Amino acid sequence: MIHSIVILPLLGFLIACTLSFFKRNTFIDRLAEVITCTFIVLAAFFSFYIFIVNIGSPSVVSLKLFTWIESGSFSADWSIYLDSVTSVMLVVITSVSALVHVYSIGYMSHDDSKPRFMGYLSLFTFAMIMLVTADNFLQLFFGWEGVGLASYLLIGFWYKKPTANAAAIKAFIVNRVGDFGLALGIFTIFIVFGSIEYENVFNSAAKFSDAQFAFIGYEIHALTLICIFLFIGAMGKSAQLFLHTWLPDAMEGPTPVSALIHAATMVTAGVFLVVRCSPLFDLAPIAMDFVVVIGASTAFFAATIGLVQNDIKRVIAYSTCSQLGYMFVAAGLGAYGVAMFHLFTHAFFKALLFLGAGSVIHAVHEEQDIRKMGGISNFIPITQVMMIIGTISLMGFPFTSGYYSKDAIIETAYLSNSNFADYAYILLTIGVVMTSFYSWRLMFLVFNGKTRMAEEDYRKVHESSSIMLIPLMILAIGALFFGFIFKSYFIGYNSDEFWNGSIVLHHEDHHNIPLLIYYLPAILGVVGFFIAWMMYLRKSNIAKNIAELNKPLYNFLLNKWYFDELYNMVLVKPAIGIGKLFWKLIDGYIIDGFGPNGLASLVSRISSRTKQIQSGFIYHYAFAILIGLSLIITLIIFRF
Amino acid sequence: MIELNQFLILSALLFSIGVIGIFLNRKNVIIILMSIEIILLAVNINLVSFSYFLNDLTGQIFSLFVLTVAAAEAAIGLAILVIYNRNAGSIEIEKINTLKG
Repeated sequence: MIHSIVILPLLGFLIACTLSFFKRNTFIDRLAEVITCTFIVLAAFFSFYIFIVNIGSPSVVSLKLFTWIESGSFSADWSIYLDSVTSVMLVVITSVSALVHVYSIGYMSHDDSKPRFMGYLSLFTFAMIMLVTADNFLQLFFGWEGVGLASYLLIGFWYKKPTANAAAIKAFIVNRVGDFGLALGIFTIFIVFGSIEYENVFNSAAKFSDAQFAFIGYEIHALTLICIFLFIGAMGKSAQLFLHTWLPDAMEGPTPVSALIHAATMVTAGVFLVVRCSPLFDLAPIAMDFVVVIGASTAFFAATIGLVQNDIKRVIAYSTCSQLGYMFVAAGLGAYGVAMFHLFTHAFFKALLFLGAGSVIHAVHEEQDIRKMGGISNFIPITQVMMIIGTISLMGFPFTSGYYSKDAIIETAYLSNSNFADYAYILLTIGVVMTSFYSWRLMFLVFNGKTRMAEEDYRKVHESSSIMLIPLMILAIGALFFGFIFKSYFIGYNSDEFWNGSIVLHHEDHHNIPLLIYYLPAILGVVGFFIAWMMYLRKSNIAKNIAELNKPLYNFLLNKWYFDELYNMVLVKPAIGIGKLFWKLIDGYIIDGFGPNGLASLVSRISSRTKQIQSGFIYHYAFAILIGLSLIITLIIFRF
Repeated sequence: MIELNQFLILSALLFSIGVIGIFLNRKNVIIILMSIEIILLAVNINLVSFSYFLNDLTGQIFSLFVLTVAAAEAAIGLAILVIYNRNAGSIEIEKINTLKG
């Protein structure tokens, strides 16, 4: 059963990709859809079964499938490693993936290459499962790169759109920076620990807690260096500040892809990595501070940008970025269970929001600009209800899933006595208001008020088919109730037993919290809702006036803190300049000029001269013979 | 009494006339043939005079061979000229420059 969770998506990918080579017809399309969906749904059921069994009797399963690399003291196996963290990730991955697969049948029904799309989705699922079931860092790296590849393929799925190709390349290249960090981290782990297997590394972590490592001429605390490298990898995948620029652009891909890869699963791989390496991070306080600072800054920064964006998917993308920041704050403060809990609930409500956004986009004829929507709540009531559920869960409305996990993070930040806990607490609390505000702003602009659509488009707005709505409803159940159901396992009384040593747990007393602090996130969420309601429903000119009054700030936020422009100026332009220098001057002028081209032209120049000697006139040749003869005779006479 | 030197000078003069005749002549292939004859005759004079002054008959016999070969060569050369004239319509040297790559 454990094997089939890994194998089924791979099989689905292979079959769907084989089918995509056949001539396109309805039967082939249906076949690909049915096969991939069945496989993933099966895998999802197996994962749930394993998860439930694991709750009942936590256990660690470690299967070695076969040896991958063996070289000296270095060895890496293909393996399936199943503990509590993995089982949580498996549930998130396979269930969201299964729902997205089913949803895609409806969403992509007008597309030309369905088998390819389904195949890529399955490939992604396979790579992600490989990532979380690894028992060593190399297999993790394989999965890490695999999901990066699948992400690239899916962002650029509509490859005839130049913007989609650009976004795909951007995602790939920005991720390269992070992946380089991860690779360096793994190298360092091997040098320090002499092994890359989780078991060996984590068990001997304490032994190496004082180890030093020489890095570019400095002696650095080895674990801090390793953790910072690993976290740089996590920053790339999880779109944290400075490496976040690819995520909003990744919204060029089809919406189911955004839901699966760029909201629920792949971007949480970074959080998974930090949680998985909790025994290492726990011994590296400086690295933990770094994680907290980056996480909190991202949570705040992405939320501010979300306030003013006008593309429905980009608003949700920045929200994802911001929520990932929350998770990293929790992980950085040592509350790994809380981070996993937020990862778990976030996957459901964010996938719900994205799939709902997809349903909206479908309804309004592929329009994504929320300034050109509005007033469609009567036409698509089910989608609206689903998105409201996602939104209240995201804003942390009491008793929804998001409430439990997000509150836990903020409480952790309040209680923690880490160096940057206060910084994180303040930014996260402000982030709560902004989260609620931009979520409701989105809802009001999309569904309520007077429509801003063209007349004939407005009349054709229609609810999506049931194959798209049913996944929404299932996710809505998760978004509403999973927090309540699993709270005690992830972060509550049963957490010791549930995690079963797979992560490091620190127990904090949550009863010492002042009531105001305890209720503050929920209150602030409602405040955000009322601000949005005032600005966009009651008096719709307030928003415009504020934007007019604070023009520089508004532009600053609308242009995403000018990060893209900054990177263009500092990195992209010089890179292109250096490229041009090497291409035109070094390669074209010097190497080619003196190398192949230069030699060739020299030969042809000399030969064009010499061939003029050959005139064809007998008397020239006779003259040459005579001169030559006289020379030889002269030489013979005078030299010898 | 005529000395060997004088023979050699004559021979050298004839040889030079022949060689110069080949180079300076721009008109006509027959003149080249005649120049070659003159060169051969200059060589013959050399051979005969050395043979006489060194009392060795080999040179004179060799010069007879040279004459024979020169006659044969003149015959073949003239034949080639006739054929060439028929094909190309001219035996002007300026126009015979196909001997090149």
